[in-house]
Amino acid sequence: MTELISKVPEGPLAEKWTNHKAHIRVVSPANKKKMEIIVIGTGLAGASAAATLGELGYNVKIFCISDSPRRAHSIAAQGGINAAKNYQNDNDSVYRLFYDTIKGGDYRSREANVYRLAEVSNNIIDQCVAQGVPFARDYGGLLDNRSFGGAQVSRTFYARGQTGQQLLLGAYAALNRQVAKGTVKSYPRHEMLDLVLINGEAKGIIARDLTTGEIQRFGAHAVVVASGGYGNTYFLSTNAMNSNGSAAWQCYKKGAFFANPCFAQIHPTCIPVHGDQQSKLTLMSESLRNDGRIWVPKKLEDVEAIRKGTKKPSDIAEEDRDYYLERRYPAFGNLVPRDVASRAAKERCDAGFGVNEQGLAVFLDFKTCMEQKGRKYIEEKYGNLFQMYEEINDVDPYKEPMMIFPAIHYTMGGLWVDYNLQTTIPGLYAIGEANFSDHGGNRLGASALMQGLADGYFILPYTIGDYLASKFKEPKTDTNAPEFEEAEKKIKERISKLLSIKGKRTVDSIHKELGHIMWEYVGMARNEAGLKKAISLIDDLKKEFWSNVYVAGDNDHFNQELEKALRVADFLEIGQLMAYDALNRRESCGGHFREEMQTEEGETKRDDENYMYVAAWEYKNDEEPALHKEPLEFKYCKVATRNYKD
Amino acid sequence: MKFTLKIWRQENAKAQGHFETYKVDGISPDTSFLEMMDILNEQLVNEKINPVAFDKGCKGHSGPVSFDHDCREGICGACSLYINGRAHGPESGVTTCQLYMRKFKDGSTITIEPWRSSGFPIIKDLVVDRRAYDKILQAGGFISVNTGGVPDANSIPIKKENADESMDAAACIGCGACAATCKNGSAMLFVAARVSSLALLPQGKIEAKRRAKAMVDTMDALGFGSCTNTRACEMECPKGITVSHIARLNREFLSAKLSE
Repeated sequence: MTELISKVPEGPLAEKWTNHKAHIRVVSPANKKKMEIIVIGTGLAGASAAATLGELGYNVKIFCISDSPRRAHSIAAQGGINAAKNYQNDNDSVYRLFYDTIKGGDYRSREANVYRLAEVSNNIIDQCVAQGVPFARDYGGLLDNRSFGGAQVSRTFYARGQTGQQLLLGAYAALNRQVAKGTVKSYPRHEMLDLVLINGEAKGIIARDLTTGEIQRFGAHAVVVASGGYGNTYFLSTNAMNSNGSAAWQCYKKGAFFANPCFAQIHPTCIPVHGDQQSKLTLMSESLRNDGRIWVPKKLEDVEAIRKGTKKPSDIAEEDRDYYLERRYPAFGNLVPRDVASRAAKERCDAGFGVNEQGLAVFLDFKTCMEQKGRKYIEEKYGNLFQMYEEINDVDPYKEPMMIFPAIHYTMGGLWVDYNLQTTIPGLYAIGEANFSDHGGNRLGASALMQGLADGYFILPYTIGDYLASKFKEPKTDTNAPEFEEAEKKIKERISKLLSIKGKRTVDSIHKELGHIMWEYVGMARNEAGLKKAISLIDDLKKEFWSNVYVAGDNDHFNQELEKALRVADFLEIGQLMAYDALNRRESCGGHFREEMQTEEGETKRDDENYMYVAAWEYKNDEEPALHKEPLEFKYCKVATRNYKD
Repeated sequence: MKFTLKIWRQENAKAQGHFETYKVDGISPDTSFLEMMDILNEQLVNEKINPVAFDKGCKGHSGPVSFDHDCREGICGACSLYINGRAHGPESGVTTCQLYMRKFKDGSTITIEPWRSSGFPIIKDLVVDRRAYDKILQAGGFISVNTGGVPDANSIPIKKENADESMDAAACIGCGACAATCKNGSAMLFVAARVSSLALLPQGKIEAKRRAKAMVDTMDALGFGSCTNTRACEMECPKGITVSHIARLNREFLSAKLSE
């Protein structure tokens, strides 16, 4: 049986990574040239890892589903990236970033991993500046910062509202340099459909060329999964349309444990759903909470008047506005972490104060900022976000407040990895959002970019060497091996099966139905009865899918319906595992809110005695998944109830 | 709202393409253009499933329409439709995914085509192959630094104006609207955006000339046309990238040529 060994090094927290690096093995330059690594995904984690591994001299193959590595969904991250530079002299430090991240994650992440993340955060900023990332600067020519939720210091570096884009273009440029040198070979419009194991070790993948439909085999000495999260299980989310959980899910089905799947982040500031024709939700950056204030009317008659259109939000007098975050959490105000802000919005809307027709929206208002700092300041800081809002809603946010509502945004859960970022399958690594390790029950804003680049630039390139050091004598993986043969055969059968059903339901209609089940029962508030219901509803929906779906077209051409169908088949299974995990975790922590476990004030109530562990799930074919526990220990920060009030 | 859609259908790069006409109705003005395309595709699949019940008068169609799209918030650069003769449609400063049906007249006919440029061969229907843009950047669209061993981020101050202008150019999303719009099929604005963004920073200045020359040479070799300053690219760029960056590229390129 696979055991969960976290491989966290001995020694004091602040010295663990340094000591570990000093003792792990390295591969000589001559041997690196003989070794092959496959990287799945070209977002911040995948692109930075592939570029760095190429620089080191390995032969890297990189796969992405879009037409260019530059389009990976990291590109859409708006607000910023955290680092403990303390450039603002506000007493920030590696320890403070570590502590904020552990606390923000509600004490469900691994101390040593989080400390290492905070430690390398500063190198990331240096690296990005050297690559030509045009971060925002002050008139003196030095870097500017802003604040994000869950922190009382200004440690977020940004490039207007396009920080993810700029960081990804930096990593993509580094990748392009290696492609030109021949160390990295790029496979755009290719989708990984299976992981191939030989003697229990990851040795390659089966991929579909999305342009021709050809099923191809690729061998390597190690495989790195950097394919992002599974937020699109909910159908509607802020994830890009093609973001999916399938690559990580194939790894799970080949034996890699999947950790904390129920930890999904619901982002408080998204544009509300407008009807049943909507395909995705748009995020309004958390950075807006630096200057925007969130409110609903105090009086229900004002709510009614706004819904009817007889009053404009700007007509509501100051004393009739309920700035509920400032009221409930005076110490952090509008900058509480995302899970807290989302639940507070839900609480007000449940109480009948939602301000749009559906009663599912609150205001994000810049009135105070306009008065104090002026329009030019707002244009400079948030111009593109204001423009985006106006395009979508046909309302000028300089005049009337934005309407926002929480939406699925990020998944903290993912493939279980040890301190080396290796999964439970030797030779298979998971980095970025695809792994589970750093954010616990809730990720802080501007930390996803930090983790993706930390894993890709500074952690994986070292730790993978430790594994490869014992493999350099092995010849190149033979893709004619029976294991590849078998995997390819199964994929072809799966595709034929999907195309042959020719039922009555479109792929999208089933995905939407899954989304409704997930949002209703595995969304912002969960309970035992609802989760059990979700599991059984998804069972039925799976049967419906496999007996009544209609997949148009064939396998031998560019076929987006088939691409969607293969992903939805996996979303159905992922959704069910999320429900199993949420059912097991009978406590509220971070983004996971079990209605049975709350304080009198409606705050989350953790159960440290029984649930201070990482829940790692093992695939068991047609049986229920098996739970393994990695206990969490907190030696360097005091475990406390999260408090953003005092 | 109701619309008649004339959409370009093409099986693959080698096949002959043709227009097909479809009708959609019940579209909310708040629906985005690509959501309207989703609705059309759902309808086309349903017509295949049950031709009688879902008959909207477009029998014998070629199945759902392929089109590139991903983030749907104007940043990934995947969407690439030529709508009523304009890249990304009638609005300025937005990508196709940021276009809403309220901008069209109810009952009107909308013509939808792929990018048409010798640098971007058609893969299927409205999907084109833009790998040429990756190749241009691989020729030099980077600063030659390895991971690690770089100075502290604040060790080299950069004038705010330069950082801001660099950011203006770096906003390019690589969608290809510039080359698709240009009558010469030139990718000059795309090349200029990268060259200019890096040349404005001290880190990127060092190899600016070499970069400009390598990228322009690669652009030429890949079959893109040359720039004749019609400024059409600037008009259609969804990110408002201006031709002033082409001027900067030309300076770098010329001084590279002169020093040869």
